[in-house]
Amino acid sequence: MNSHVDQAAARSGATRRDLVVGTALISGALLVGCSPADLMSAGAKTEVGAFGPFIRIAADGAVTVVSKHIEFGQGSHAGLAAIVAEELDADWSRVSVEQSPANSKLYANTLMGVQGTGGSTAIANSWMQLRKAGAAARAMFTGAAAAAWKVPEAEITVKDGVVSHVASGKSAGFGDLIQGAAAIKPPAEPRLKSPEAFTLIGTDRVRRKDSLAKSTGQARYTQDVNLEGMLTAVVAHAPRFGAKVRGFDATEARKVAGVVDVIQIPTGVAVVAKSTWAAIQGRNVLKVTWDESKAEGRGSAELEAQYTDWAAGKGTLPDKLKWESFESRGDAAAAGDGEVFEATFDFPFLAHASMEPMNCVAQVGGKGGTKLTVASQSQTIDQINTARIVGALPGSIQIETLFAGGSFGRRANFQSDFVAECVQIAKKVGKGTPVKLVWTREDDMEAGYFRPLTHHRVRVRLDKDGYPAAWTHRVVTQSLMKGSPLAPKGFDATTVEGAMGSPYLKATPAVDGQVLMPENGVPVLWWRSVGATHTAYVMEHTLDHLAKKAGRDPVAYRLALFEKAGAARHIAVLKLAAEKAGWDKPAPAGVTRGVAVHECFGSVVAQIAEVRLVDGNPKVGRVVTAIDCGTAISPDQIAAQMEGGTCFGLSAALHDEMIIKAGAVDRKNFDAYPVLRHSEAPKVETYILPSTNPPSGAGEPGVPVIAPAVANAVLAATGKGAFRLPMIRA
Amino acid sequence: MATSLEINGRTVQVEATPDTPLLWVLREEVGLTGPKFGCGIGQCGACTVLANGAPVRSCSLPVSALSGMKITTIEGLGGTHPLQQAWVKLDVPQCGYCQTGQIMSAAALLASNPRPSDAEIDAAMDGNICRCGAYQRIHAAIREAAQATGQATGQPTAKSRA
Ligand code: FES
Ligand code: FES
Repeated sequence: MNSHVDQAAARSGATRRDLVVGTALISGALLVGCSPADLMSAGAKTEVGAFGPFIRIAADGAVTVVSKHIEFGQGSHAGLAAIVAEELDADWSRVSVEQSPANSKLYANTLMGVQGTGGSTAIANSWMQLRKAGAAARAMFTGAAAAAWKVPEAEITVKDGVVSHVASGKSAGFGDLIQGAAAIKPPAEPRLKSPEAFTLIGTDRVRRKDSLAKSTGQARYTQDVNLEGMLTAVVAHAPRFGAKVRGFDATEARKVAGVVDVIQIPTGVAVVAKSTWAAIQGRNVLKVTWDESKAEGRGSAELEAQYTDWAAGKGTLPDKLKWESFESRGDAAAAGDGEVFEATFDFPFLAHASMEPMNCVAQVGGKGGTKLTVASQSQTIDQINTARIVGALPGSIQIETLFAGGSFGRRANFQSDFVAECVQIAKKVGKGTPVKLVWTREDDMEAGYFRPLTHHRVRVRLDKDGYPAAWTHRVVTQSLMKGSPLAPKGFDATTVEGAMGSPYLKATPAVDGQVLMPENGVPVLWWRSVGATHTAYVMEHTLDHLAKKAGRDPVAYRLALFEKAGAARHIAVLKLAAEKAGWDKPAPAGVTRGVAVHECFGSVVAQIAEVRLVDGNPKVGRVVTAIDCGTAISPDQIAAQMEGGTCFGLSAALHDEMIIKAGAVDRKNFDAYPVLRHSEAPKVETYILPSTNPPSGAGEPGVPVIAPAVANAVLAATGKGAFRLPMIRA
Repeated sequence: MATSLEINGRTVQVEATPDTPLLWVLREEVGLTGPKFGCGIGQCGACTVLANGAPVRSCSLPVSALSGMKITTIEGLGGTHPLQQAWVKLDVPQCGYCQTGQIMSAAALLASNPRPSDAEIDAAMDGNICRCGAYQRIHAAIREAAQATGQATGQPTAKSRA
């Protein structure tokens, strides 16, 4: 192993010391606290021009904004470009976006310390960074113009990429001034605009830059990569989580025309071929036997029954597993005379099921070092995991990040699962030969990394005025962070975020919230809006049951609790949604309305859904959405995220359910795993609360509110709650 | 045993074995990567192309079954099709991966029914999954394109009047 590392080091020009540093990093230095980005970028070579790592300006004045974040639908490219264009006073029609290379020093997410996209932070973490970059570049142009025209810099204005001095009548485009500007030292603390001076941000002019490419088939995804001499690999994976290859017989597979090689890798057996179809055909006739001695044998039903028992205080807990408190005050168990609401809630495993199944292109062992062409959501982590396999410095791993056909969290994976699998194959193929790993839909579904199966148990006692006096809450779910370099010491907040810190709990005098995080063999991961995918449902549906017991209107009841909790933003969005939805007026005939409000990723969303029952199942029509996401960069794209997020959440509310049976995935494609379709899509109206606060998330906050809003509408119509998702079970 | 197809107006001899799905022939032999691989079993519509004008799931059709047919992929729409203009105008795509299939299904719909009702759009588009949930804009863009085309021809169909 060592000599192999040394050879790789020799090829990459790294010294032994570098390698020691690299190895230390690889073994979990994400937590070293100082500046891991510096260390992890060791070996990187990225050219930076005069205007810094985020801005390039061509001789004709065209502006290219370099995005450190992947574009997987959330509109980050347009938003990031608009931030730069605003401060630079560029001509928006001449601004384009380019994806940055992987470089954890230049392109770290300022909220994560590594390069990566997630937690709805793309805009939020870039806000000041890109404003400064844009403003600094603008100052370089005004400085260059002042010098060239011999006029005071303060008198120079910039608009739509044109630099002018009104008094002398002089003006020039960015292109004309580029040499002078490039020679000026960028100011470290450039003057930023005050929000009233924004002319682009917050307007409907901020639109996507990729719609044409994505409407003509020209947008390039990993699946579309076709490099000279490229081979395609398809992998036979273990049928059960935790099983390993015992042996295989590739005789028939090798006979398939186009199959080049059959290779064992840690995650299975790869069939490498000249085309995808040949690889699939080869895999169809490949015989693999599996060692299932360490495989998970339980399924969804067993886990759910076990979780339910534990939450009810039945059965014994395995060694080392213990309840952790996430919120506690007063004596929640004390008796009282108010009414009591008690319920359990069950949520299934969920697949991300992005439209593009996971895939990756890797080249290992060539002259140019290791290169990935992939829709990478966390470049630094993919670099570290790749470096570990090929024996090189993380920073030396080049990544060309492409558009992703969706992710919803799936691509931000501490193990870089599909990337690592591709690198393992490419390493065996060697010589820098490009290898494209293709996962079929079935592979994608069977790989796991699901939203964990989750159980909640809630008991709320009301006081004499009908408000919560005591709230007991138990959550049983797998930890998303356990075993990762970012694993927290105590409990993992992603399991309870949204219940923890809820204004409803804040407004309750006695609270006892605890979480239990058992382990099992099913790999789990964040799924668009993470903990809120279940906590928002439990809190918001519970609230309507409480309001009902208290004989109060659900909106008025919430407003009163928000008032007690001092949740001003919640009050504002709820009032806005209620007003726009006409909550005070009767709903159309046959329609009931349901409301829900939730804060996540720094933004607060209120929704009011109009629901009709068709054959007993909810059909959602109009959905009025109000969001406070701080400064709205692109109102149109925020609306798009509310529309899409609502569909994503509604899909989970109505249909999505991954079932595991005896450690194996039972639903492998869209025939067995139904998702929301066109005719079921609601009509979402989005209202954005005016704000000059820094921007917060939009990609995820639109997801978790629709399910409880629909459940609450159904409750209003039928008097029955929905204590299990999905509501329509296939 | 080459199969002869007319793809986007051009006659092409393809070498793939006859059982190869059209999708892989288009993507890997002909070099047209607009049609996407989403499910491989005719469930998601990402691979939709037109065969003699009808929308088909190219992942589930062996190339031999299409011999002599006229195949149109997203690349064959030309880039300025009213649907493509509407898609850009309304910023329909999010991740975009499903969108070429969506547009091809919509193109087949408008070709046979230039002024579809909401229910007709729903019915024609239900085979195309969009996990990003851009359905609302997809629907609006089809209406927009239908209107633009309708204005151009000034000929609402009997169907849309009904
Ligand atoms: S890929 Fe053909 S229908 Fe899904
Ligand atoms: S735009 Fe992403 S799947 Fe439709």
